[in-house]
Amino acid sequence: MSKTAKVIELDQVVVRFSGDSGDGMQLTGTLFSNLSAILGNEISTFPDYPAEIRAPQGTLGGVSGFQVHLGAQKINTPGDQADVLVVMNPAALKVNVKAIKPGGVILFDENTFDESGLKKAGFVTDNPFEELGLKNVQLLGAPLTDLTKLSLENSGFDNKTIVRSKNMFALGLACWLFNRPIDKAQHFLETKFAKKPAILQANLKVLIDGFNYGSNTHAAVSTYHIGKSEIDKGRYTSINGNKAVAFGLIAAAEKAGLQLFLGSYPITPATDVMHELAARKDLGVRVVQSEDEIAGICTAIGASFAGNLAATSTSGPGLALKSEAIGLAVMAELPLVIVDVQRGGPSTGLPTKTEQADLLQALYGRNGECPLVVIAAGTPDDCFDYAFMAAKIAVEHVTPVILLTDGFIANGTSLWKLPKLSEYPAIVAPRPTEPAETWKAYMRDPEKLNRYWVAPGTPGYNHRVGGLEKDFLTGAISTDPKNHQKMVDVRQAKIDKIADYIPELEVYGDASADTLIVGWGGTCGHLRSAVDKLNETGNKAALAHFNYIMPLPKNTREVLSKYKKIVVCELNSGQFASYLRSQLPEISISQFNKVQGQPFEVHEIVEHITSL
Amino acid sequence: MSSQTYTAQDFKSDQYVRWCPGCGDFAILNSIYKAMAELGVDPSQTAVISGIGCSSRLTYYMNTYGFHTIHGRAAAVATGVKSANPDLTVWQFTGDGDCLAIGGNHFIHAVRRNIDINIVLHNNEIYGLTKGQYSPTSKKGLITKSSPFGTIERPFRPAELTFGARGTFFARTIDVDTKGSTDVMVAAAKHKGTSVVEVLQNCVIFNDGAHKEISSKEARAEKTITLEHGKPMLFGADNEKGLMLDGFNLKVVTLGENGITEKDILVHDATTEDNTLHLKLANMTGPDMPVAMGVIRNFATSTYNDELVQQIEEVQAKSKIKTFDDLLKSLDSWEI
Repeated sequence: MSKTAKVIELDQVVVRFSGDSGDGMQLTGTLFSNLSAILGNEISTFPDYPAEIRAPQGTLGGVSGFQVHLGAQKINTPGDQADVLVVMNPAALKVNVKAIKPGGVILFDENTFDESGLKKAGFVTDNPFEELGLKNVQLLGAPLTDLTKLSLENSGFDNKTIVRSKNMFALGLACWLFNRPIDKAQHFLETKFAKKPAILQANLKVLIDGFNYGSNTHAAVSTYHIGKSEIDKGRYTSINGNKAVAFGLIAAAEKAGLQLFLGSYPITPATDVMHELAARKDLGVRVVQSEDEIAGICTAIGASFAGNLAATSTSGPGLALKSEAIGLAVMAELPLVIVDVQRGGPSTGLPTKTEQADLLQALYGRNGECPLVVIAAGTPDDCFDYAFMAAKIAVEHVTPVILLTDGFIANGTSLWKLPKLSEYPAIVAPRPTEPAETWKAYMRDPEKLNRYWVAPGTPGYNHRVGGLEKDFLTGAISTDPKNHQKMVDVRQAKIDKIADYIPELEVYGDASADTLIVGWGGTCGHLRSAVDKLNETGNKAALAHFNYIMPLPKNTREVLSKYKKIVVCELNSGQFASYLRSQLPEISISQFNKVQGQPFEVHEIVEHITSL
Repeated sequence: MSSQTYTAQDFKSDQYVRWCPGCGDFAILNSIYKAMAELGVDPSQTAVISGIGCSSRLTYYMNTYGFHTIHGRAAAVATGVKSANPDLTVWQFTGDGDCLAIGGNHFIHAVRRNIDINIVLHNNEIYGLTKGQYSPTSKKGLITKSSPFGTIERPFRPAELTFGARGTFFARTIDVDTKGSTDVMVAAAKHKGTSVVEVLQNCVIFNDGAHKEISSKEARAEKTITLEHGKPMLFGADNEKGLMLDGFNLKVVTLGENGITEKDILVHDATTEDNTLHLKLANMTGPDMPVAMGVIRNFATSTYNDELVQQIEEVQAKSKIKTFDDLLKSLDSWEI
């Protein structure tokens, strides 16, 4: 074919890859987004996968998706709906019918849209598109399975292996459609399959054939190009929230000159934090995969007592199991980072889906008056900064800190400018200035009110800590009523005091607006995009996004009292709203909530705010 | 171990010991002081971890570093302490409820990992601090506040549980035998790996006389056998009785009867990997068989903490990543 397809310049585009959980959609999506990031695009990605590792092939329950949002400008979210939907089978089409934008392109594998495939996905006619009422879409069918088989005809691989490579054909086709040179993808595949040269060769061949198929047959009337983003110059990678948390802890340990310890039990969607840290023996990280969630935190508490920067990682059900031990860390006053990657609840809930419904558990879910620090990361890449800050606060104020992330930012990726550790603040563990002879275990820093952290092995400072109420000074067991009051008060005052050491709340968007959207944690990207959109369309709006929750930034009251309408948007039934009401009872707060196991969509927020 | 010598006094804290008068824990505490002095480890290098219960209060009476944690979790906390700083000598003091009921999971997993901690299990077969409920080691039929018609539960045998978790060290002693208790605690501390010392302890208030069959000096001679590695399994006031194998079982024989001499008596080998005979010995009960005391099993193998450190050293020797910055450089990254 001679003529080249028309290239349409786009500012941004959303692509969603979807197929069976065995179809390799996560890999395909990751490669496509990394490739785009290398080409200078902003990226935000979100994997959406089932809880089952392998549900029956071709069924709705087994559909796994990966959404990529690329842009020539700042990208905050993986996008609401896809401009291009790649579906490997009819089930993927059915599951994603709402995920396609009007006018969007559906690229599908014709071979799987046969009688058996349609039946497995529960279609009753032979035209699934019509059956789903999909009218205003561009259909781009190609026999991906057959073409992959042809591509690997004489490769010597068995049929199963060959068919498994069809994701690479789809990726090649997508690369052509978006004018992504495939030599960069080649580099990623070489890293991925370094130890399987035969598989690497097969994947590369299918990838190239997929690209050439698009190019030669002009599979679509036009292709797309997304320009380079104008972001800060520097060295970038793409990172997901779990990896960023692990890196933040590693960076903090190095900065503090402490050995890093993680005690953790496998739990979706938090386990990758443990995987990342277990791989870092080269940096001396000690990871104990414990026998249960309780042992996860208890080994970490032991390690903290022994002088390590200690952390435990978990999700909601695990946080519930850790409650009593968190109380011990509060009572013994030891540094500890507890990472809760929130998922849909209650109980086992929706393990692979996202939610923000652990907030009240983090704030209050313990027996007794049991204050600690709660902070929440906002985006995949800033998980690094908030993990670092969680560790800094834990060490310097000698307290447990709960760091909340969620399934969305934990598994989603964004572009991350490689940090310079020298630009991060120092972390200094408070050690006693008092000589051992006169030192008492619960002496406090007069300013911060923390007690001092002295590990076993330190000559002369032998002391005992524990879960029983302590004498205000000596740390000996005390049941004295006045002493208990004093200890309850000082434990709270120590946490309140941390407000002096955290950044003030900032307002994003049009600060002069009447309406203030309030959010916290992992909804940051969606809320920013919504505020941008509102302001672009003449609906003035501002955003106050909280990362520090307990204690709240010092200027919280001052900021919130400036606005006529305050709408707290969160992925639960109103937990932060009710917390704010308890802290700032004079301020009138309305709320916008969604509890569907899915992130917000930008248009939902825009529509809600404009309807007020 | 430091070259400095210590006395029992060096391990005593300034806290008043608050157990009930006559409690077996007093004697155990004294044995611990003596054992620690004998071992000669600096109190500043010693971490004592406990859970909840009468025995767990022991932490406050030690002039070492100490952590009185929460119910059942001492083994997990101790695992964290030892993993974080393997140079410390780590002891865990616990009771039958704390260790085997609420803490059963942590106990078996600590034992399975063979982390180098010393677990002293005060077994009084009752919950004391909550005022007298049956425990996982209470004898079947025991009448307590929570079993007014007698418990219908089958008790654990701590040794069996330890061996089931592939434990490498198990010893048994009784509170009133300070010398024997001190000896097994010293042996436990010297063992590399998880050491379990079951101390038969009397609770004067809620389960008085639980171990009375074997608690007096005379009864101990006749009804218990103190096993010593490399020595024949003899017992009795004049060492006139011994143990022999009878098929797959153990039997008690008397020297001089039926032509039996000391040469026929089993010699204790605590160090074998195979724990079959250790289990047989640990499970012996009266009235027909003597209760085994002393170090029943002491098998040397690698510990969790040694392997943890070794693995880190091996990876560090090979890896180019020495700092966080190196880690960043190892990532797939690109210039924009």
